[in-house]
Amino acid sequence: MKTDDHEATPSILVLGIGNVLWADEGFGVRAVEALHQRYTFAEAVTVMDGGTQGLYLLPYVQSCECLLVIDAIDYGLAPGSVHVVRDDAVPSFMGAKKMSLHQTGFQEVLAAAQLLCWQPQRVMLVGVQPSVLDDYGGSLRPEIAARIDEVIRLVVDELASWGARPQLRSQQSPEHGSQHSPGYSRDHQAPIAELAPSALALHHYENMRPSPREACRVGDPRFLARDLGHPDGAHGDPSREAGSERDGVTESPVKE
Amino acid sequence: MTQINTPNGFNLDRSGRRIVVDPVTRIEGHMRCEVNVDDNNIIRNAVSTGTMWRGLEVILKGRDPRDAWAFVERICGVCTGCHALASVRAVEDALDIRIPRNAHLIREMMAKVLQWHDHVVHFYHLHALDWVNPVNALRADPRATSQLQQLTGPNHPLSSPGYFRDVQNRLKTFIESGQLGLFKNGYWDNPAYRLSPEADLMATAHYLEALDLQKEIVKVHTVFGGKNPHPNYMVGGVPCAINIDGDLAAGAPLNMERLNFVRARMEEAFAFSRNVYIPDVIAIASFYKGWLYGGGLSATNVMDYGDYSKVNYDKSTDQLKGGAILGGNWNEIHEVDPTDPEQIQEFVAHSWYRYADESRGLHPWDGETEHHYELGQGTVGTRTRIEEIDEAAKYSWIKSPRWRGHAMEVGPLSRYILNYAQGNDFVIDQVDSSLAALNQLAGTRLTPKQALPTTIGRTLARALEAHYCASMMLDDWHELIANIRAGDLATANIEKWDPASWPQEARGVGMVAAPRGMNGHWIRIKDGKIENYQCIVPTTWNGSPRDPEGNIGAFEASLLNTPMERPDEPVEILRTLHSFDPCLACSTHVMSEDGEELSRVTVR
Repeated sequence: MKTDDHEATPSILVLGIGNVLWADEGFGVRAVEALHQRYTFAEAVTVMDGGTQGLYLLPYVQSCECLLVIDAIDYGLAPGSVHVVRDDAVPSFMGAKKMSLHQTGFQEVLAAAQLLCWQPQRVMLVGVQPSVLDDYGGSLRPEIAARIDEVIRLVVDELASWGARPQLRSQQSPEHGSQHSPGYSRDHQAPIAELAPSALALHHYENMRPSPREACRVGDPRFLARDLGHPDGAHGDPSREAGSERDGVTESPVKE
Repeated sequence: MTQINTPNGFNLDRSGRRIVVDPVTRIEGHMRCEVNVDDNNIIRNAVSTGTMWRGLEVILKGRDPRDAWAFVERICGVCTGCHALASVRAVEDALDIRIPRNAHLIREMMAKVLQWHDHVVHFYHLHALDWVNPVNALRADPRATSQLQQLTGPNHPLSSPGYFRDVQNRLKTFIESGQLGLFKNGYWDNPAYRLSPEADLMATAHYLEALDLQKEIVKVHTVFGGKNPHPNYMVGGVPCAINIDGDLAAGAPLNMERLNFVRARMEEAFAFSRNVYIPDVIAIASFYKGWLYGGGLSATNVMDYGDYSKVNYDKSTDQLKGGAILGGNWNEIHEVDPTDPEQIQEFVAHSWYRYADESRGLHPWDGETEHHYELGQGTVGTRTRIEEIDEAAKYSWIKSPRWRGHAMEVGPLSRYILNYAQGNDFVIDQVDSSLAALNQLAGTRLTPKQALPTTIGRTLARALEAHYCASMMLDDWHELIANIRAGDLATANIEKWDPASWPQEARGVGMVAAPRGMNGHWIRIKDGKIENYQCIVPTTWNGSPRDPEGNIGAFEASLLNTPMERPDEPVEILRTLHSFDPCLACSTHVMSEDGEELSRVTVR
C-alpha cells in the first residue's frame, strides 16, 4: 500500500520460523501468519513463513537490511514467556538451546550471511518459551497461542520504529481451508494471499486434525527428557542472565 | 557375546573401548553412533541409533490426501521438495491420475535443481569440513594456490593469485573477529586432515563461491513453485499456468522472460559443477590416496527405484536406472518393484516398535507404527540418559527396511554403481574420466570397483550426479519450450480433483531419487481420507539397525575396519557418516552460546 510518506523504508524481512507440525514449535510461523492477516506494511517489507528451511532462507536474509525473527526458543523461562534479543546477541541465542533442527539451520544461515559480508542495520529475535512440543500434528497450546497478540503488538511497534509503516487491514477476514480447489485458482477467491498452503493454515490445520481415537498421538519420552525442555527432563538453565523485564517480556542487554 | 559374524559378511567385535558420538545429526531424529575400537584404534563394531520418533504417519492419518504434500514438506528443511514430490506421486498413483507433459517436465526440473542444490550445499557447507581445514588455509601461498587451481580446475575463471589473496584476507578477518562461526569446533590440529594449505585455501574459496551461487539456483523453485520459500506442489500437475507471451502482471504465469531466467540459472549451475565441484572432489581425493575406507555395504548391495524418466510413466526411459545389485556382482541387475509385498519389508526386531511377530517384516502398505520403547539388559546408564546402548536388544527409532531380506545401501553412490553396471553412457564417461584425472594427480591406478565403494567414492558420486542433473535439467528446459511452442499449455489435470470421483478405497506408491537416496511414500486412501501413510526415506535404509537375521545396515557397515587417528576426535566417523549426507544440520559444526560443543564424544 502506497502512502504519502516519502521517507525511504529499509528492506525489512519479518521471518517466522519453526515446525508447525510440532505444537508450540510452530509459534513463529503462526505469529507471522496472524501478523500478515492483520497488517499491511510498506513495500520494502516482506513477511515470510520460513518454516524449517535452512539455507533456502539465505537469499532472503542476505538481501534484507533489517531482520526480525519470531521463533519458539528454549530460554529456560516459564512457558509463554516472551524474550527479546537484539543484534550481535542473536546468532548465539539461536544456537544456545536447540530444540529442533531448524535452529541449527538458521544459525548457519546467519553465519553464512556474515561470511558473505551481510551487515544488517538491525536484527531482532522475538522468542517465546514453548510449553509442549511432543504433540505431533498438534497445534499451539492455549497459553502459547495467547501470546500471539502481545508478540504482534511488540513486533508492530518495533517495525514502526524501523520505518515499516504498519497499517491495520480493513475488517475483512480471509476464508481459510473451507474450500478446496487446485492451487492457482484458489488465490482468486482469497482476499489475502496466504503465506503457506491453506492446508496448513491454523484454522484448517486444527479443525481437520483426526481425533486421538483415529490417530495415535503418543511421543517419545526419552527424546523429550533429553532435548526438549520437558518439565521432568533436562531444562535449560533458568539461572542464566535474563536482562530487564517489562510486561512479562524480558530483554537481553543490547551489545554495542 | 563379544564377537559376531553377521550373515552379510561382517565381523563385529565389541570387546574394545567404546566410543560414543551423540548427536551426529539431526533430521529424521537425531542420530547417535557408538563404536568399539581395538588396541590399534581400528573400528571393530559400530552401532547407529536414530534417537527420535518422527510420528509422520500419525500426523497424516485421516487427512485429505491432496494436502499430504504440504505436511510432508514440513518434515524438515532439507528434503522439502522430494517429500512433496513423492507424496503427490503416491496420491496420483493411487487415484490413477496422469499429469500433463509440461507438468512432468517442470517437476523434473524442480527435482533436479533440488538435487544439484542439495549436493552442492552438502559438499561445501557440511562435508568439506571433514576433509578441508579452513584454518590451515591462512598459511597458504596465494600464488601456489593459483597454480593448483589451474592444474586441477583449468576451466574456472577465478584463478588469479590476487583472487586467492583476497579470499585469504577475508577469511583472516572473519576468523580474527572471533566469529569462527561455521568453522568453530573443528578438530583442526588432527593429523587426519591431509590437504596442503593451498588446497585448503582453494576449497575455502569455492565454499564461498558455492554459498553465493546456491542462493541463485533456488530461485528456480520460486519461479515454478510460487510460494517463498516453500514451493507449491499439486496433485494432478503443477500449480503454475503458462502464458508464454504474457507480462508479469497477469496472475504471474510462466512467460518467456521467466523461463529464460530459469535457463540462465541452470547454465550457471552446469558450469559450476563441471568446472569447480567435480575438480575439487578429485583434487581433495588425491590428497587422501590410500584412505579407501568407508565402503561398507556399497561394495556388495546397492539399490535404487530409478528416476528421471524421459517419457513419464515409462520406467524403461529412466535416465538414472534403478535395480538392485547383490554380493558385488555388477553383471546381474535385479528388478525392484516397490509394490511387491515380498520385496520391500520393514523389520522392527531392533527398533522401538512392536509387531505381533517380529521375525517377519511388513510391506509399507501394511505398515504398523506402534511404538514400544525398551532397553536391553546390557544397557549402561538409565532410561533417560543412556551411556552405552545394548545393540543385542531394541536400540533405534529407525525401522530396518530390507529388500528380499537383504540390507541395502542407497544414495548417489548406489545409483552410480547401478548405472555404471547397466551401461549408462553419461555415467560411464563421468566415472572413467574422473578416475583417470584422480589417478594422474595421485599417481594411483584405481579401478571403478576399487574407488567407488569408499567414502571418497560416495562423495565423488554425489558430485557427478549433481552435474548429470544440471545436464538433464537443461534438456528438460528445451523440451518444455518445444512442447509449449507446439501449442500444449496444459500444466494440470484436475479431472479427479473432486473426491466424489475417487474409488472408495485406493492405494499407491510414489518414488523419488532424493539427494540421500531412494525415497518412497506408500499411501492407502479410504473414503476420501488417508487411511495409512508410510514413508521409507533413504536414511531409514542406510541408518537402519540390525534385522532379525543380524544383518547390519549401511552406516554400521561403513565404519568397520577404519583406523582412527585419535579416538576422542571422531573425524573419521563423521567423515564417513557425513558422506551419506544424513542431514543438513550436522551438530558437530555447531556451537552452543558459550562455544561449547554440542556433540559429545565419550570414550569408555
